[in-house]
Amino acid sequence: MTIDVRLPTVLRQHAGGQAIVQAEGSSIGEVLVDLSRQFPTMSDQLLTEKGELHKFVNVYVNDDDVRYLDKLDTKVEDGDVVSILPAVAGGDG
Amino acid sequence: MIRITENRLTAIFAHCLSGLPYEACGLISAKDPGSEDILGWYPTENVANSARYYTIDPKGYLMADKDAESRGEAIVGVVHSHTHSDPYPSPTDVLQAPDSTWHYIIVSLRHTFPMLRSFRIESGNIQEERVVVIKK
Repeated sequence: MTIDVRLPTVLRQHAGGQAIVQAEGSSIGEVLVDLSRQFPTMSDQLLTEKGELHKFVNVYVNDDDVRYLDKLDTKVEDGDVVSILPAVAGGDG
Repeated sequence: MIRITENRLTAIFAHCLSGLPYEACGLISAKDPGSEDILGWYPTENVANSARYYTIDPKGYLMADKDAESRGEAIVGVVHSHTHSDPYPSPTDVLQAPDSTWHYIIVSLRHTFPMLRSFRIESGNIQEERVVVIKK
């Protein structure tokens, strides 16, 4: 199925400036692999060499963080919206 | 350069002061990535609960991102406070800067009055930018 994926500004440069793209898949893992196929330069921003979700990236199905669901095995259905956001952190330490 | 209203600046200072003794953080929005006119301010929780580090609450970021999108805007930068040091990006800030198009605003609470500066961070290079305060 085709899922809408919302991209943060940092990833839009890899997708021709688009804020929302479409990807195929029935799980988050499949959606991210399809995104990487469509936009190869985005790949290493999303997944590690081991195929795991990069620790500096948060992925949501609608409003739910997939790390608290089934991670990359989290199912997606027609009408779901996937959001990808970078982890934002820092400090003077 | 960024342009920000006096009211928004005051809200940012208030959020940073209310976060003490911890660092405070939030996100800013504008019409487009890299835009100089700051149109939205989203205070968020520092889930690191630390006086030396901050982590934007991921759920707060998602809500801010969706709200900005609904108004035709995008999240274009992050604000955080330094509780005991000057308003300049630390090595941690530089290492973890996610987006070279973003504005990185730092508020120092080291002295009696808050001091705010803004930077661009690209490939580890720090470039300060002017902050213009608009009276509105």
